[in-house]
Amino acid sequence: MKTISGRAFVFGDDINTDVMAPGLYFKSSMEEMARHCLEAVNPDFAGQVRPGDIIVAGRNFGVGSAREQAAMALTHLGVGAVLAVSFGRIFYRNALNFGLPALVFPEASVIRAGDALQVDPVRGRIERPATGDSWTVQGLPVHLMAMIAAGGLMPWLKLRLAKEKT
Amino acid sequence: MTLRPMGQTLSEKILARAAGQPTVRPGEILVCKVDLALLLDSGGPRRIWPRLKELGAGVWDADRIVLCTDHFTPAVDAESAAILQLTRNFAAEFGILNFFDMRGIGHVLLAEQGLLQPGMFACGGDSHSSMGGAFGCFMAGFGAIEMTGVVVTGEIWIQAPETVQLNWSGRFRHGVVAKDIALFLCRELGMENGGRVIEYGGETVRAMSIWERMVLTNMAAELGAETGIVAADEVTLTAIRAAGREPAADALQWRGDADATYLSVRSYAADDLTPQVAAPHSPANSGPVDRCEPVHIDQAYIGACVGAKLTDLHMVAEVLEGRKVARGTRLLVAPSSSTVMAAAAADGTLATISAAGAYILPTGCGACAALGAGVLAENEVCISSTNRNFKGRMGANSAQVYLASPYTVAASAVAGRIADPREFLA
Repeated sequence: MKTISGRAFVFGDDINTDVMAPGLYFKSSMEEMARHCLEAVNPDFAGQVRPGDIIVAGRNFGVGSAREQAAMALTHLGVGAVLAVSFGRIFYRNALNFGLPALVFPEASVIRAGDALQVDPVRGRIERPATGDSWTVQGLPVHLMAMIAAGGLMPWLKLRLAKEKT
Repeated sequence: MTLRPMGQTLSEKILARAAGQPTVRPGEILVCKVDLALLLDSGGPRRIWPRLKELGAGVWDADRIVLCTDHFTPAVDAESAAILQLTRNFAAEFGILNFFDMRGIGHVLLAEQGLLQPGMFACGGDSHSSMGGAFGCFMAGFGAIEMTGVVVTGEIWIQAPETVQLNWSGRFRHGVVAKDIALFLCRELGMENGGRVIEYGGETVRAMSIWERMVLTNMAAELGAETGIVAADEVTLTAIRAAGREPAADALQWRGDADATYLSVRSYAADDLTPQVAAPHSPANSGPVDRCEPVHIDQAYIGACVGAKLTDLHMVAEVLEGRKVARGTRLLVAPSSSTVMAAAAADGTLATISAAGAYILPTGCGACAALGAGVLAENEVCISSTNRNFKGRMGANSAQVYLASPYTVAASAVAGRIADPREFLA
């Protein structure tokens, strides 16, 4: 998995799955749902985020429902990684299963909106070149590396099924 | 000298059995075999079937899959009709016999149908799958992509959680119920209990019906826990028998060892608890009803997996008996299953609720997640027996949702403002 470079979009604590994927748009296309991603807390987010940009959040990012559209909306918008003090358990699993790196970053509060960041998710290396700061956090879970290296749960399942056939 | 194996908590025992090893310790990564997988119309076939096609795979065991339509029932437009049709086609294609179409909310149906047994390891494609833990099984919620993996392989990875034991002693005062415990705990423990199973016990929990225990395990999701669990006892066995099934022979053996290690053990007194209300926009934003601003209520809502079972409708009827819903306030009631609807019709509960001026809605997840009837307009204020009041969850982003027990919701509907149900109960 490559190093990710992008601007920081900063959020507070307890950002829930309902504000990432609002129920009102459950029957709409991902295109439409992603337009409303996080609008309840930052109406400009979906319009401003660019591929590679990085979400930096407080505690319990992704608390709430099992809806995978929360993680899908972020990947659809091109979010490169999510760094948070902690994660809601189902969101965390969904994100990794979709190949969206999610790293526990205890010092998330030092990051300011718009900071240019570089993230190496495997090594758990976070850098802010403008200030010369860098942090080392826990990298992606070792037991999921085969799945992450394959590109997510679907490619990994394909490999597993192909192996079982031979 | 032989080393005696360390005692295990109930959850650790179930996970060890599912992973095929003698013991587990918290933090250990396990690959568990799934005894039962619950799929709903929301994150079920509509999201899983295209992936099965992409993989060229089928389901690992149709008899271990339970499929329910509840989020998009009844169809109200072309999109919801198509989702329900696809769900029905999936059940037919893969021969899923435990398919319950428009019969109620999946988490409640599992209980009504007696499909859960103590000691089971179960997964559901919805965060409130933790509700099943009331039967002494380990049941947790996952996203649809992960449920795709379960459906194909029959396996899932789990990091063995710590167990937090909460013991409730004493008896509730009239008007205080399991929902008040759940809302109290959201404030007390916060919503960030990842890596933990919440095990509920003590004489208060032992005295609860299975339906009230299900309220506690349901809202383990709001605690952010891996799941919630209640060790089985005679109440559990009676509930399984009432559903027309036999409890497993080893049902009562599924309990924690006396020397098990808990992350923490906490004791609470039910006698001291008062009705609780969670203010917008978090279940953790809770407090005693008498300290809550008596704000005007536009909509009172009784619904969802957690808050519209027969026991919940009985609470509503007890408050509404001989009273009317206030002018300027509407009370919407969406019973959680057809069985609940039939029982409430037979015992007069629906008549009492309707006579008070309430509006009876179809069974299903409904307005809880803004999918069905009862969605809120801009700036409307709602008090709801559901489990989440996140911004925008029940409709407009500016809507204000308060969470409470069915007693408190009904009392507020009568008063037209947030009200203490104890004022309405003899």
